[in-house]
Amino acid sequence: MLENIKLSFHGIWSHKMRSVLTMLGIIIGIAAIIAIVSTIKGNSEMIKSSLIGANTNVVTVTLYQGEWAYDMTWNGNPEGILPIEQDTVEELEQLEGVEKVSLYNSRENSDSTVYYQDTAFTGGVYGIDQSYFGLYGYRLDYGREFIDSDYKKMRKVAILDATAAASIFPGKNPIGEVLEIGSEPFTVVGVVSQNTTTAPNINSVQDYYLYVGNTNGKLFLTDTTWPMVFRFDEVQSAAVKAINTDAMTTAGKKVEDALNEKMNLSAETDYIFKSQDLMEQAKKLQEMSNATNQQLIWIAGISLLVGGIGVMNIMLVTVTERTQEIGLKKAIGARKRRILAQFLTEAAVLTSFGGVLGVIFGVIAANVLSQIMGIPTGISIPAMLIAVAFSVCIGLIFGYLPARKAANLNPIDALRSE
Amino acid sequence: MILELKGVYKEYTRGKMAVPVLKDISMQVEDGSYIAIMGPSGSGKTTLMNLIGCLDVPTSGQVLIDGVDISTQNDDQMAKLRNTFIGFVFQHFHLLQEMDALENVALPLLYAGVPAKERRARAEEALRKVGLEERLHFKPSQLSGGQCQRVAIARAMVTGPRLLLADEPTGALDTASGEQVMEIFSQLNGQGMTIVMITHEPSIAACAKQIYHIRDGEIRADGQDQSGERKDEEREGVEEDEG
Repeated sequence: MLENIKLSFHGIWSHKMRSVLTMLGIIIGIAAIIAIVSTIKGNSEMIKSSLIGANTNVVTVTLYQGEWAYDMTWNGNPEGILPIEQDTVEELEQLEGVEKVSLYNSRENSDSTVYYQDTAFTGGVYGIDQSYFGLYGYRLDYGREFIDSDYKKMRKVAILDATAAASIFPGKNPIGEVLEIGSEPFTVVGVVSQNTTTAPNINSVQDYYLYVGNTNGKLFLTDTTWPMVFRFDEVQSAAVKAINTDAMTTAGKKVEDALNEKMNLSAETDYIFKSQDLMEQAKKLQEMSNATNQQLIWIAGISLLVGGIGVMNIMLVTVTERTQEIGLKKAIGARKRRILAQFLTEAAVLTSFGGVLGVIFGVIAANVLSQIMGIPTGISIPAMLIAVAFSVCIGLIFGYLPARKAANLNPIDALRSE
Repeated sequence: MILELKGVYKEYTRGKMAVPVLKDISMQVEDGSYIAIMGPSGSGKTTLMNLIGCLDVPTSGQVLIDGVDISTQNDDQMAKLRNTFIGFVFQHFHLLQEMDALENVALPLLYAGVPAKERRARAEEALRKVGLEERLHFKPSQLSGGQCQRVAIARAMVTGPRLLLADEPTGALDTASGEQVMEIFSQLNGQGMTIVMITHEPSIAACAKQIYHIRDGEIRADGQDQSGERKDEEREGVEEDEG
């Protein structure tokens, strides 16, 4: 066996040009797959680290209509569902795994509600209570946060996150500027940003879409002024901070159940509260991007198939060229099996060599891609090993026919061919 | 009896036509014989060689190697016979170009399942016997024709076979190298090895103890005639002009 491998390397080396051309299909296929897999992995890791990196341990519990989050923009208040009371919040905070609960209203896309002079702001608008910023770990960049009197006196004040500030007031101090929100003038009093080292901040699926789309940031109002702009008695979503990451799912579930019970909602009713577990969602997001990329992998797989056929072709030529050698080996006592093994090894060594080169080029390609397109890449060791193992398999599969041809050569004919 | 042919008939199919190459050949070769088979090209001598060398089986009749009918042997058993019982020497040496002399000689031992160290030792010994101990790591391209043929002989001997088959062993060599090869053959025969050699050069055939002539697929002994009994049954066949 070792002998065979040694001889195979010899053979590959002595026909460098031909070997490289033969391996080309394999190299390209494996390189493409490695590049794709690295991109997928990088992407998933980015999503995950964004979620975990935010380190807020917050699960949102939102009202759903059937399978979809209830959309307040286009629909009226859901029938028979009232806003969540402050008392309820205190009850919720007693639940297992729950540290703090904050209520908020939101429009994910503010769509011609918010204007600065003649320019519309298209980011998200949130009506928040006083614990919201603390719960999500926002810190004040400049200006001030909402204070008690803002809530009590229903002052028309707004706070922007850094992204929104940059998009509405590029190169300008937004503090003191006036926004027109639902035809009412609101004064910007502060700019906040989330307390994390990793960007972007992804707190929900919507955030993710905002992030992958052109994010315009968030605008915050007090929840007491919310009805002036939008609607009275809108049911809120609950942001539930769990005591730790592991408790996120349980905490979300508990709050969801409690709210449903309180409002007599169940799977049979039209509406139901559902928790949006970020880890769960991250997985779904990953699956979505994986599904697209899986198709790319199939396409790259075709190049491997073509590469494999190329290997078969060259191996058939090699067998014909080496008829004499095969004949001689049989004459001096090589069994069929040994000739078969020799050519299979040769094909496998050739393709595994191609596989290794493909992995190297794939890693290079992934890095170049990430440089050019700003996509993160993650190098996956298992993927590399699988790629190389797979290319060995290609060698064995496509090498089998030529190897069998060699093994079945009649030594007389083989020796006669001069 | 190391080798015995009984009524061997061999035909090849060319298109739809069966062309007889060997017609009813019978001969017996005793242990330790040194035989030359002579014949013009197309006489069937190479076909005969292939049968004796277990590379092919007769259409009818029997080839007995050490009493074993090769027609009853499967592929692997034939391979084993070729590996351990028979040594081949070819006109064009058939050395593997990418291997050095030592590796070429060690190859049959690899197929016999001999461990690497012993392979090396035995291959060295065989090369020493043909006077090439100075050329162990020379590739065939760096050796002269005569040296190549001696490497080939070393390879044929290395598994310790009892029968050496040589197909025009001097055909590609100059006279001096040819004589050297013949000298080695004589030595080997002197040590008890049975040699069957095909040649069309009378001077080379003269080195053998016994000469057979083959013509149109029929064989006839010559010299100190002890003759495989030969039947003159005429076969209606196409006159073949290829061997």
